[in-house]
Amino acid sequence: MRRLATACVALVTWALPAHAQTIDDYVTTFTLDNGMDVVVIEDHRAPVVTNMVWYKAGSADEPPGSSGVAHFLEHLLFKGTETLAPGEFSKTVAANGGTDNAFTSYDYTGYYQRIAADRLELVMKMEADRMVKLQLDEADILTERDVIIEERNTRTENDPGALFGEQRNAALYLNHPYGTPIIGWRHEMETLNLQQALAYYEKFYAPNNAILIVAGDVLPEDVRALAEKYFGPIPANPELGDRVRPQEPPQTAERRLQFKDPRVAQPYVIRSYLAPERDPGAQEKAAALSLLSEVLGGGQTSVLSKKLQFDTQTAVYAGAFYRGLSYDDTSFGLIIVPSEGVTLQEAEDALDQAVAEFLEEGIDDEQLERIKFQLKAQQIYALDNIEGIARRYGSSLTAGLTVEDVQAWPDILQATTEEDILAAAREVFNRDASVTGWLMSDTEVTQ
Amino acid sequence: MKHLITRTLTGALAGIATYLLPVGAMADVDIQEITTEAGFQAWLVEEPTIPFVSLELRFEGGASLDPEGKRGVTNLMVGLLEEGSGDLDARGFAEAQEALAASFGYDVSDDSISVSARFLTENQTEAMALLRESLINPRFDQDAIDRVRAQVISSIRSDATDPDTIARKAASAKLYGDHPYATMIDGTEDSVTALTRDDLIAAHKGTIAKDRIYIGAAGDITAEELSKLIDALLADLPETGLPLPQDVDITTTAGITVVPFDVPQSVALFGHRGIPRDDPDFFPAFVLNHAFGGGGFESRLMTEVREKRGLTYGIYSYILNKRHADLMMGRVASANDRIAEAIDVIKAEWAEVAENGISEEALEEAKTYLTGAYPLRFDSNAAIADIMVGMQFMGLTPEYITSRNDRVDAVTMDDIKRVAKRLLLTDELHFVVVGQPEGLESTPSQ
Repeated sequence: MRRLATACVALVTWALPAHAQTIDDYVTTFTLDNGMDVVVIEDHRAPVVTNMVWYKAGSADEPPGSSGVAHFLEHLLFKGTETLAPGEFSKTVAANGGTDNAFTSYDYTGYYQRIAADRLELVMKMEADRMVKLQLDEADILTERDVIIEERNTRTENDPGALFGEQRNAALYLNHPYGTPIIGWRHEMETLNLQQALAYYEKFYAPNNAILIVAGDVLPEDVRALAEKYFGPIPANPELGDRVRPQEPPQTAERRLQFKDPRVAQPYVIRSYLAPERDPGAQEKAAALSLLSEVLGGGQTSVLSKKLQFDTQTAVYAGAFYRGLSYDDTSFGLIIVPSEGVTLQEAEDALDQAVAEFLEEGIDDEQLERIKFQLKAQQIYALDNIEGIARRYGSSLTAGLTVEDVQAWPDILQATTEEDILAAAREVFNRDASVTGWLMSDTEVTQ
Repeated sequence: MKHLITRTLTGALAGIATYLLPVGAMADVDIQEITTEAGFQAWLVEEPTIPFVSLELRFEGGASLDPEGKRGVTNLMVGLLEEGSGDLDARGFAEAQEALAASFGYDVSDDSISVSARFLTENQTEAMALLRESLINPRFDQDAIDRVRAQVISSIRSDATDPDTIARKAASAKLYGDHPYATMIDGTEDSVTALTRDDLIAAHKGTIAKDRIYIGAAGDITAEELSKLIDALLADLPETGLPLPQDVDITTTAGITVVPFDVPQSVALFGHRGIPRDDPDFFPAFVLNHAFGGGGFESRLMTEVREKRGLTYGIYSYILNKRHADLMMGRVASANDRIAEAIDVIKAEWAEVAENGISEEALEEAKTYLTGAYPLRFDSNAAIADIMVGMQFMGLTPEYITSRNDRVDAVTMDDIKRVAKRLLLTDELHFVVVGQPEGLESTPSQ
């Protein structure tokens, strides 16, 4: 590798142009009197706008026993309100050439429309309407409950990898609701009712628990006027309270599980460690873990790929993953997909050895430099995808971060050193706070 | 995109035509048609506000050019383009690409090989030199072949237990007979295991050639710069490649093929022959399909199967215009004990719309959606480069962008009634169902 690097462009370090504008230059933020945060991201290249409302409420905010209700309610928001007939919301968006959809995760529920910029008022008006004026009846509930159960069939029941993931997650979190699947456990989904959906709606759907994000060919002052007109009159919910979920106790015992399914054609091993997330004003450790996942598992040049796919042919794939955007403790993961003839035990041992060697050897300076340069370039490429920036703000702000945290993140990543990354690695690779899962076919004893 | 400046051009640029095209009266897309000195045709949209370029290349032919007995060779070859070229081995190539923060994507389908590149203005010369090596001088090192082959085989094995892939495989075999489309492009474990380095070299030479290339670029680059860049990138490709495949006639009979597989939810693909892209009835068919099952929440299939009955999470239909076949297809997934009902509803809707068309209101809604949504597609360099290559591939001219919405608006109720009988063929509607569907058996019995 080193021999080649000297012979090619790999050694050249490029300086990005000083005149390039940063993402921050396109972002304006303000807060309405009722507590609703607003983020405007300008992109005047095409006459398009994306209107999004993000609620700081996801599946991890559900009361125990009603798993899936956050996502169920997300579906029900396309039913009627006091002024809109069932289905009229999407129909109106489509009749104006727009598309709309919604999404639910552990920490947020979001709704969006993508439409011609001169139709922003229309969609904002309808989005404000359904924040508080939803009207549901029992018939809506029953048909839509069938739909979400079919959605669970599609996403989870038909995919052994997804069923395996549910079991691993449930084992990783001893007490926190992140151990419950976003879509819900099937037996609880089957009994979800109108009362549960409305209770969740009335508690969490309020301007002081929501973020409006408007991205595209718009001006901040115009967005402010529209937001004040449509969302401004909606009163804050004084009953909202603090966002506190059950937290993890000290984890003192490693967990291991084997998931067997005849549909598994390619077995693999995943280990997840409980890990800190990005916290407001304190993102350094998460930055180190983000870079650790790149160094270990970010593609062909990464440490795990080199050791397990190139130097030895132990794996057809080896990688690492980390999701720093999370309200509570998140996870750091390692995965190895063994080559033909390599058992899961051998693969797991090789993975452990590779990580141990990495902690001894430290980080290649050139690799870290390349990763940091790519992160800088991402700031430029990101400007071509304004909706991506909108989603980044939405998922950050609903994870408890501030606009300042979002804007500080690129510099924090750049300032992270080899020592920071290795220290974070030593701390996170604690087997007592981990789950190791083997996905295997039940028809095979060995591979 | 708004009002870009078209520069005066000299030097390496042999010809240029510029079109300032209003899209629906909302936006302008300024496409420059370029002919380079070496004779390549390319379309460019200049967008100097962000210092990078999106470049799309497409080579016609793709996996359908796999020689007899070598199924999967084009797919494996394309997977190896980024695994070492010129002086660089696989990791050396990846390191060089990372050091430039450029991204190169190589993809293959039945009909084409596509290359999607994204690179910073500041190091575009170096980035293109690296991309050139991967296209012109791939090494096909034996260790890289073995490594990527193992990845392909792993993926073939996983697909073997994925109900959607099983359905695609069964439907393709049924629809395409002995045409290359009839089998999966990644090949089988046996066919991929048997491939040699010589097979890969031959596939590279036969599929990535000058006589089948389409080029689109959008971003911070002038026509003159692009012209030089293209010549440096592509001038050393072979002049000609392998002969392109023949067209295939699609014939199906009404019925059901059940592929037993132990999953809780059955997956069904359904359809029959379709309407060609250049058929005078294509636009009415396109509008009708949108109203019928075109993916929105408002489509007729979505309303009947999901919204009214809760039988599925998702159902859609689509007109599939492949290079050598035209189809009208759809997909649905329902629990094993409900799929039979979903299929009954779909059959009834197929017959109903074939017979009576759709309402005036549904037609108007489809038209306003399609015409309103069209300009929203042109919202990024990456999207514009991709659209421009797609248009060239389909034989369209830049003016198509301005006339496309007019053609949608021109569709009348009479057109819909006439085309419904051509687009929805109840007597030919065949379902491939993968799962343990209750109350369904293969018909006509085979």
